[in-house]
Amino acid sequence: MTLADIAKKLNLRVLCCTDRLDRVVSGGYVGDLLSDVIANSRAGDIWITRQSHRNIVAVASLKEHAAVILALGKEPDDETLEKATDEGVPLIVTNLSGFEVAGRIYELLTRS
Amino acid sequence: MPALKKYRCDLHIHTCLSPCADLDMYPRALVAGSIKAGLDVIGICDHNAAENAGYVMSAADGKGLTVFPGMEITSREEVHILSLFENVEPLYTLQKIVYEALPGVNDENVFGCQAIVNEHDEVEGVSEKLLIGSTTLSLETIVETVHDLGGIVIAAHVDRESFGIIGQLGFIPDTLSLDALEVSYRTNPAEFMKKFPELSRYPFITSSDAHRIEDIGRAYTVLEIRQPTIEECLKAFGGSAGRRIVEP
Repeated sequence: MTLADIAKKLNLRVLCCTDRLDRVVSGGYVGDLLSDVIANSRAGDIWITRQSHRNIVAVASLKEHAAVILALGKEPDDETLEKATDEGVPLIVTNLSGFEVAGRIYELLTRS
Repeated sequence: MPALKKYRCDLHIHTCLSPCADLDMYPRALVAGSIKAGLDVIGICDHNAAENAGYVMSAADGKGLTVFPGMEITSREEVHILSLFENVEPLYTLQKIVYEALPGVNDENVFGCQAIVNEHDEVEGVSEKLLIGSTTLSLETIVETVHDLGGIVIAAHVDRESFGIIGQLGFIPDTLSLDALEVSYRTNPAEFMKKFPELSRYPFITSSDAHRIEDIGRAYTVLEIRQPTIEECLKAFGGSAGRRIVEP
């Protein structure tokens, strides 16, 4: 399943790197502690968080995440959006809670 | 009553050892920048590391600038805590403890370079550790350890949502014996203190959290003390023997 499929099915707002929506999503991770995300997430994960500072781009890059979703309408800082655009990390904002968006993505991934 | 003087202090400055700091923040340049900013006292606080602190002290020797060597430690709860000391020996002891509790290896391309540079502008090496990471040390352990080593403990940038104690925990645990709370340059300290009246029992300071030369001294604390020592700073924080925090 690609990022494009998920974004379309859940009507997600992609803020940047729309040329990267063909990325394959293999899983997901929910977390706000960067050390935890670095230790436990995997390449191909969609990372769901409420952290909006620029370090999330470094972490997503390092772990080769498919995308970062900011839940509950959290907008990224300007610096974060700029860095994400530069580094090719798709940033998505949703009004859904972390619980809801994770649940829906999990369902889509396990059904496919 | 001994004569007290006002000292302009920026107690939270990073060197080029911190991956997020400019490579321009090498000891000699940092000292020059601090003097230019009109500072009397600076605190060197790199993320989870202290290799450059001693070099900054050497670079400041005889220049009328007091340097407190310290470290900004990331607790396992991802809270940033500043620790400051009178000299490097206890800081190096703390360094061993922090390094033992700090997993991970740095990726320069992702997080930045972690350069160890001496007072002659010579690069001595790089730190391989993941300094941007969290230690496995709890807040309580950090506070206790720093105090046991004779240092000052300050909760860093408490107004910040990320890595500030209130943002990460939602509150400040009563049992934590913090010496002061730091409000970052981003926030007006008086307004912050009004917004959180329950924190009025803590002394408040402000600092630059400078990662670039031009940011040194963009926020500073004025202390009225006898001389620039850790002991005097603690007296000022506690408002004892006439010592006090003049600003903020």
